[in-house]
Amino acid sequence: MSIEVNSIVKRFGSFVALDDVDLTVTDGRLTALLGPSGGGKSTLLRIIGGLEQPDAGTVRINGKDATNVPPQRRNVGFVFQHYAAFKHLSVYRNVAFGLEIRKRPKAEIRERVHELLSLVHLDQFADRLPEQLSGGQRQRMALARALAVEPSVLLLDEPFGALDAKVRKELRDWLRRLHDEVHVTTIFVTHDQEEALEVADELVVINQGRIEQVGTPADVYDKPANDFVMGFLGPVTRVAGKLVRPHDLEVLTAETPGATPAEVAGLQRVGFEVRVTLDAAGEEPWAQLTRGQSEALGLAVGQRVWIRVVP
Amino acid sequence: MGSRRSARLVQRAIALLYVGILVLVPIVVVTWKTFSPGPAAFWDAISSQQAVTAFRLTAEIALASVALNTVFGVGLALLITRYRFPGRRLLSALADLPLSVSPIVVGLALVLVYGPVDGWFGKGLHDAGIDIIFSLPGMILATTFVSFPLVLREVVPVLAEEGIEQEQAARVLGASALQRFLRITLPIIRSALLYGIVLSLARSIGEFGAVLVVSGNVSGENQTQTVPLLVGERVQQLEPGSFQLAFLLILVTVLVIVLVFLRRDRSDRAGAVLADPVLADPGLADAEPGHAATVVTASDNVGLDDAAIDRGGLR
Repeated sequence: MSIEVNSIVKRFGSFVALDDVDLTVTDGRLTALLGPSGGGKSTLLRIIGGLEQPDAGTVRINGKDATNVPPQRRNVGFVFQHYAAFKHLSVYRNVAFGLEIRKRPKAEIRERVHELLSLVHLDQFADRLPEQLSGGQRQRMALARALAVEPSVLLLDEPFGALDAKVRKELRDWLRRLHDEVHVTTIFVTHDQEEALEVADELVVINQGRIEQVGTPADVYDKPANDFVMGFLGPVTRVAGKLVRPHDLEVLTAETPGATPAEVAGLQRVGFEVRVTLDAAGEEPWAQLTRGQSEALGLAVGQRVWIRVVP
Repeated sequence: MGSRRSARLVQRAIALLYVGILVLVPIVVVTWKTFSPGPAAFWDAISSQQAVTAFRLTAEIALASVALNTVFGVGLALLITRYRFPGRRLLSALADLPLSVSPIVVGLALVLVYGPVDGWFGKGLHDAGIDIIFSLPGMILATTFVSFPLVLREVVPVLAEEGIEQEQAARVLGASALQRFLRITLPIIRSALLYGIVLSLARSIGEFGAVLVVSGNVSGENQTQTVPLLVGERVQQLEPGSFQLAFLLILVTVLVIVLVFLRRDRSDRAGAVLADPVLADPGLADAEPGHAATVVTASDNVGLDDAAIDRGGLR
């Protein structure tokens, strides 16, 4: 079920949240809307879901104009950052909610809810209240609830944003596997570039209400369209006026043609990596080496070295 | 340790003494005065034609006021918390006004507006055959006015705290406005609403000042005398039977409050999990032994059970 967004404009007072945005999301893909906070990505997701109305532009879901269709008739699934669990209903009733609204037969609801609960590994918690679940479990329940109505598109708004790092990582892997099985067209919003690179089939980088670049994670990482995209997707450093990735900066201890002379200004060990701060012709680039590389070179502060960018 | 303990005991004693003198002593006196003249006096006091009519009037007014306050209190609470519009804060402040205005003033204001002789609307309504002042509609109006903020002020904080996400989630799942209200909003505010209704009911049953002014305190035919007014009259005329009526008023109010507190207590205990810091915080819950087991099970399954994921079911 493809989604087409054309010339969307959205303002909140004088603040322009989305400025003439066009986007086509391919059927069955897992697409990440990635960008800094306040960049407009959540607003775009909410417009697709019908929770916000655009000031101009159209949304087409599956070929049909959905711009003025209210959310309750768009048949989308929406997962909120803070779960939006129905606190007074059991896990079972939460997941059954959309089906009960659609007045499906009781037996069918029971079968489908249990199927979904086992899909998200919560079958043994069916009778619990959401308060009795951990954050990660609550978000899986929210996902099952959204999937229950067989949505044409699944929208996730910073789904792992409220979880701690470890649970976050687990759920991220789990979402990727789930999507590989379920294949529902999915769009998720995140400000975490690692999450987007790891999970998504396609990345949409959004900043200041505009789309900066669309492409596969590898494309966007390797061939960023501009300095903003490059800077947002990973660490960068400046050498001879150009932005490069610190892990693409090679440090040599012998003079080599094409390499720039520099002096080691500092060494900082962070886990498995060593950050080498350099002093090169008025610039202060830094290189990211592994601990092994750093030790093999025998680097020390004040040492004369040569640097070059790995092609 | 010992001195802190005795300090706490002194604090407790002072609090108990204060509440005792303020609340308990008058209630005990009323109860004693009610039953000391004997059962025959009790029955006479509450079964006269005047008393029975007063009970009926008080019940009618209280039920009508509570119904109006419930509907408009919830409606206004939703308006104030869910929408941003010019004048929202003014509306919120105006809604609190009845609590800070003396009921007598409220009654007088209503007479000025609806009075049959020279009221702003009252004269026209009187000519059209509708009487507000010195009849039931005016008494309901006055009672509703003085008890209006009670439901509203209970419901607003709950709605504000819970936010709008649950309703949005229900909306995306296909629920209509009515379905969202009945299935999501109402359960969220249920306990606050119940408490607001009880406060409103207690206030309505006991209202004296505003009702005194607008009712004219008429007894006999076309009686507009409610129970509190009748109690007042009997006290002033040094007639017997005031304590018995007052006792019944107190009894009804206390019973309702106790009933609701019992309910509230139960739902609080059910909701206690929510307040439990370990269970409420996802991070801590994951670290807590009992929960760690469930989380590990789930994440292990993520790795192992992919084959078990039903392909057919979701398409």
